[in-house]
Amino acid sequence: MHPWVGAGPDDRRHILDELGLNSIDDLFATIPPEVCVDRLDLAPAQDEESVWLAMSRMAMSNLALDCAPSFLGAGVYRHVRPAVVNAVLSRAEFFTSYTPYQPEISQGTLQVIFEFQTLISRLTGLPVANASLYDGATALVEAVLFSHRVLRGRRDVAVVAETVHPMYRRVLDTYAEATGIEIVTVPPNTEGRLDPDRVREAAGDRACCVALQSPNFLGIVEDLPRLAEAAHDGGALAVQVVTEAVSLGLLEGGGTYEFDVVCGEAQSFGVAPGFGGPHLGFFACTEKNIRQMPGRLAGETVDEDGRRAFCLTLSTREQHIRRAKATSNICTNQGLMALAATVWLEAVGGAGLRELATSCLARSEELKRRISALDGPWRLAYPAAPTFNEFLLTGPGDGADLVDRIASEGVLIGVPAAKWGGSWPDGVLVAVTELNTSAEMDALVAALGAVS
Amino acid sequence: MKRRALRTEALFFERNPRRVRRQGFLLPAMDVPAVEPADVLPSELLRSPDPDYPDISEMELVQHFHRLSQLNYAVDEGLYPLGSCTMKYNPRLNEATAGMSGFSSIHPLQPPSQVQGALRLIWELEEALKAITGMPGVTLQPAAGAHGELTGILMIRKALEARGEQRKVVLAPDSAHGTNPATAAFGGFRAQEIQSAHDGTVDLGALDRVMDDQVAAVMLTVPNTLGIFEHQIVDIADLVHRRGGFIYLDGANLNSFAGRALPGLMGADAMHINLHKTFSTPHGGGGPGAGPVTVSDALLPHLPVPRVLRRADDFELLWQDPESIGPMRGYYGNFLILVRALTYIWSLGAEGLREMSDVAVLYANLVRHRLKDAYHLKYESPSMHEVVFDDSIQARREVHNTDIAKRLLDYGFHPPTMSFPLIVHGALMIEPAESVAPEEVEEFCEAMLAIAREAETDPELVKSAPHDTPVSRVDEVRAARNLKVTWKPEENV
Repeated sequence: MHPWVGAGPDDRRHILDELGLNSIDDLFATIPPEVCVDRLDLAPAQDEESVWLAMSRMAMSNLALDCAPSFLGAGVYRHVRPAVVNAVLSRAEFFTSYTPYQPEISQGTLQVIFEFQTLISRLTGLPVANASLYDGATALVEAVLFSHRVLRGRRDVAVVAETVHPMYRRVLDTYAEATGIEIVTVPPNTEGRLDPDRVREAAGDRACCVALQSPNFLGIVEDLPRLAEAAHDGGALAVQVVTEAVSLGLLEGGGTYEFDVVCGEAQSFGVAPGFGGPHLGFFACTEKNIRQMPGRLAGETVDEDGRRAFCLTLSTREQHIRRAKATSNICTNQGLMALAATVWLEAVGGAGLRELATSCLARSEELKRRISALDGPWRLAYPAAPTFNEFLLTGPGDGADLVDRIASEGVLIGVPAAKWGGSWPDGVLVAVTELNTSAEMDALVAALGAVS
Repeated sequence: MKRRALRTEALFFERNPRRVRRQGFLLPAMDVPAVEPADVLPSELLRSPDPDYPDISEMELVQHFHRLSQLNYAVDEGLYPLGSCTMKYNPRLNEATAGMSGFSSIHPLQPPSQVQGALRLIWELEEALKAITGMPGVTLQPAAGAHGELTGILMIRKALEARGEQRKVVLAPDSAHGTNPATAAFGGFRAQEIQSAHDGTVDLGALDRVMDDQVAAVMLTVPNTLGIFEHQIVDIADLVHRRGGFIYLDGANLNSFAGRALPGLMGADAMHINLHKTFSTPHGGGGPGAGPVTVSDALLPHLPVPRVLRRADDFELLWQDPESIGPMRGYYGNFLILVRALTYIWSLGAEGLREMSDVAVLYANLVRHRLKDAYHLKYESPSMHEVVFDDSIQARREVHNTDIAKRLLDYGFHPPTMSFPLIVHGALMIEPAESVAPEEVEEFCEAMLAIAREAETDPELVKSAPHDTPVSRVDEVRAARNLKVTWKPEENV
């Protein structure tokens, strides 16, 4: 018998006796015999040590980011992770509980969600934020579907900047096909930035939204005030996607410039890279559209004795109540990851977040300076563009080739920028965070020298 | 020594009211020249002032979350018999393996040569789920059960397109979870209900009448949300397949027959598997879960990309495939959840998984046996891993399922599921799951019986419950009427 099964053979015998049954098989008599098997085609049970070793062998055949200077970004970033984050996440009261449908015994989870919503609202510059979504890519999808609903399904075009993370755009294509929304893509100008006039032209008067990313896929900060204006001129909603949430420590969220939605990926706030998941989608919007918002929401209320309490609210938008008329396919949130972000943001604090973001900026500028000073084939693809902590670098070869060659010099330089296509030069996206030391930059520059 | 009575905890935003400088975390020291942001970034885009987050020290932070945690009920505290949710034990070994830095500290866009172990893990879990379901293909990408449903329905849509057909309807029984009709709608189909027969299973005659060339798929939960096995599943699948439709199985209840029966033999074309139910990954207070989808040969070409491919001596990723529905989310799924699920499956092995289902079903039947005289059972067909009572006996005293639920809190148990199935008014859907000790199940039954007696002798006591929780009954109507979803200082002076 296995330790994760609560009843031993004698317990089972006792229960069968009480039920007046001879064998446990009697309980399965309603399953037609033709769909049954005697035994699964799986290995036998293993003890902890054996499983640990087998898993450990797989883990150790990966090259972890802590083992070499790493400059990978493109939507997933390596930032400080205070030890308190994992300590809080490993509390069974948080990680072994369910969705807080019973508020009287779930005030911990509910208050965390309420704090998370407030933290995100303040960063995005919008008054309401939800309890989280699966990830940044599905957050973009939700923003497009949200815009389509807000404008009552009368506008079937969504204008999306080409410099929104190309993988996010692929995910959007999957959903758009089923919902009949046409996606119109606007490429960046020669500076790597989105041109408001081209946006205005693409949107015309038939777009439900204009979705753009800032800092964009190339790391470049967009002209948010003029782009919001361009979207609104034709009656579309303005959607800002953020993939490097730390940038919000230094840059105002789109809400400040009248964006209707600010959404994206908050993995940077204390969530491990984890080979791509679980991560943390977020979504903030204006108060007037809250009833069209996707996902869970916690609200403040009182208990019978008048004490402050929290509960899930506006669940009439959700599938378990609204069924076929729900606002979104999401029926959960990323609860534990939202907790990670809440702990992380509250540990780092407001001034700390600015300091952290400024550190990313300074290090990125320093690396750009050191690379620009090199003789040889290495070029910043957009030397004049304002970037936050990531930039596109070109060199002697295509992006994938450069990544491999520099890896053999012991440096993980970044992500091939043309992996999913794009109108930009084929190179490497290099991301710099507060964890990249001056010595790591030396190693990177030396590696560039070695493969020139 | 008496523990401080914990009722409420001040919000983070109410701390450090004088907003003085404190330190919650020390950042790495600057070892490059400082940069003035306005010198390199457009100054009109710079944030001013900082977001109003108070600074608090590390200990204050830890106390804050420690106290908040104590306001929660959890699996580790006691029975959590939420029907359909499968609140089983979350093994600590899972947490340990998922925490290995070779898993948690790898980037999804590293070259495949640097992440062979991660790609192998995905492949190993795929193989295990194929063996458990008897189905030839699987995607681990979906982030949750509902997301898996949508993935399956989009694959069905694609397969119909490839056949040149445009079917418009998805059928689901009236007992189905709300995600089924919602999924159909998001997949671009019209959701239509099939009536249940008197025994709570699908009425084959009713299905026969509506199953025409407009029906793309029939979505079934096996066993269904009443905990009853669809004993005609093979005939249902034959009928649907003969008329050109697909069978979508909602695998939320796989934990009741894993190791004994194969969905592949039942005629399933797609089935999502909630790793956070059957395969013990934690619910995390509402996610992250994972909802892999296994598929039949008919849907194999349409699986989402990226896909892991096994070659002679290594693994690689396939990012593009014109027959695929495309990616459903970023990257390859909730990878660290996949690590936990594989840890569980490898630990239990073939016999362990069968033992898991055996005891899950045994416990549900024990609850049914103990409570059947005190609570009304609308459908008397044999129960698998869960049993659905209703409150009709107690309702004669104006005591409803929500009251019984709140009273259970006083007895130290989490309540059963009540929001569905819609065909049982006042439902109490009870699923003990296999991992607890039998005494815990018996104590829960005692509490339920005591509440049934209280409903007769002192109904007010039940209706005014809970009496012994951190907060008393919470006014959910007020929360929706006076919406307040963020903290604002002006409202709290």
